[in-house]
Amino acid sequence: MGRLAGFGVTLRQMFKPRLTTDYPKEKSPRPERLHGRHVLNRYEDGMEKCIGCELCAGVCPARCIYVRGADNPTDDPVSPGERYGFVYEINYLRCIHCDLCVEACPTEAITETKLFEFSFTNRADAIYTKDQLLVDDDGRARRQPWELWDGHEDEHTSAWMRATSPSGSAAYEGRATWSGELGFGVRAAEQGQTNDDAPERDA
Amino acid sequence: MSALRTFGLLATDPALTGHISWSVLAVILIKVVGAFVLLLVSVMLYIWAMRKVIADMQNRVGPDNAGPYGVLQTLADGIKLFFKEQSIPDTADRPVFKLAPYLSLLPAFLMFCVIPVGGRVSILGHQTYLQVAELPMGVLFILAMSGIGVYGVMLAGWSSGSKYPLLGSVRASAQLLSYEGALGLAVLGVLIQAGTLSTRTIVQNQAWVNVGSIVREWYWLPALVPFGIFLIAATAETNHPPFDLVEAEQELVGGFHTEYTGIRFAIFFLAEFMNVITMSAVAVTLFLGGPSGPALGFLSRTGTINVWLMPVVWFMVKVLALLFGTVWLRASLPRMRYDQLMALGWKYLIEIAILWVMVSATIVVARQNGWHLWIALPAAVLLALGAYGMLWLAIPKPGETVEEFR
Repeated sequence: MGRLAGFGVTLRQMFKPRLTTDYPKEKSPRPERLHGRHVLNRYEDGMEKCIGCELCAGVCPARCIYVRGADNPTDDPVSPGERYGFVYEINYLRCIHCDLCVEACPTEAITETKLFEFSFTNRADAIYTKDQLLVDDDGRARRQPWELWDGHEDEHTSAWMRATSPSGSAAYEGRATWSGELGFGVRAAEQGQTNDDAPERDA
Repeated sequence: MSALRTFGLLATDPALTGHISWSVLAVILIKVVGAFVLLLVSVMLYIWAMRKVIADMQNRVGPDNAGPYGVLQTLADGIKLFFKEQSIPDTADRPVFKLAPYLSLLPAFLMFCVIPVGGRVSILGHQTYLQVAELPMGVLFILAMSGIGVYGVMLAGWSSGSKYPLLGSVRASAQLLSYEGALGLAVLGVLIQAGTLSTRTIVQNQAWVNVGSIVREWYWLPALVPFGIFLIAATAETNHPPFDLVEAEQELVGGFHTEYTGIRFAIFFLAEFMNVITMSAVAVTLFLGGPSGPALGFLSRTGTINVWLMPVVWFMVKVLALLFGTVWLRASLPRMRYDQLMALGWKYLIEIAILWVMVSATIVVARQNGWHLWIALPAAVLLALGAYGMLWLAIPKPGETVEEFR
């Protein structure tokens, strides 16, 4: 029977359940730490979080981020600090979605949504400018025509990463300890995180 | 027409025995077109079913986008290939290159023409059989057509004017010729029992009486070993796995059809799968009683369903069972090595088939002449074993080198 055992194997396989997800029609849930397209966040009063420090551009291994800072106009400040991000561009033909910019950012200005289904048909579209990256007045990502937003990928923006970002420490893992932002306030905890008894931040 | 009738080529179809009128020609035309459409549609469905079943056996989903459950996938592939550019290599022999695909398609269809698909029915007021052509030497015709199929493959490789297609076609010719012998001897196992070459007579000999007919009337039991040999040889003849050395994607870049593109490439595939269906139909006709099977008892024996439909249904069910077997083989077995292929064909299948023919011929003759079976049978077996012993001495054993020709 040894030589014919293979026929039994193939026949048994026929009656086992399929594990395939019928991708474009049905989508499996996104992983907690999925790195997608970026957004530039704003504070709850509408001020931009970016201070134009260029740490993200410095840490970027793909050199896809271009930032130029400028002094805030005293009569109409863009960000609460001294300077703001005057130019902010990300080239998505180079970006490897490593999330290092998110970890480097001292003000939680740049985070990543869970959107990964976007494909442009010309090179100019691949370079996202500040207008496209900055969240709108409701605090949501501005949706480009070539992006396939079919869920709430913008509600959780790299939350897990931000809980363990350099502004915190390893003790914060599993706890959502980010500051409030436009449209969302303090964002809801994700799967595997808690919002309660957040420890005080280290000085 | 009268000459044909004299030689008995047409006489057996009741529609052709009387005056040949336009309506009789229409009946023939309907049957030819019907058979062709049936074969094309079943190839389309077979390719889809094969991909689905193999996907099931490999825990995949398989084609599921074109039409419900992906049924139209083959049609979509065909349409795509039809509109693709057809390139011909500069070194190719152009007329032969263009002819070769059709040469491999035609025998598969012609072979199907002599297969009785159903029983005796009435079309346009004429009594006729659901069979395109009844030939007195139908089985011989099947073997001849299976031999002609080699030309399509051989000429395709040769006319491509390129190295790898030629190697592929040489392999193919050698393989097809090797298994032609085993196939013919396996068919002989049935012919000895049936005593006729006519496919319809063979089928009528296996007619359904009751459930016992499966064992008593059908030829698979008295020709059990030829049945197995036929299935193996037919798989090899149709280049199906595990005997698909002709294509052998990993080794020969597609074998004989490497240089083919577009619809000509599609026709080769059509021919290959049509051959599988035709060979299954031949196996069903010879060994499994063709359209014979129980009628629906609660309906009239002469009603439309029992006369028209049920024989066709039984025929299809048997063919489907064999086709599932080929898919199962494809999913389960790895490709054979070339020397294993040759050894299986020449050293085992042909020998066993010859010995079986000797023994079963003895039994048949002993029955007819009233010889004492208990003396005739051991004598025949001893003779066969003696013959095999001599063959065995001639076969080189593992470790022995074959003496070189000088």
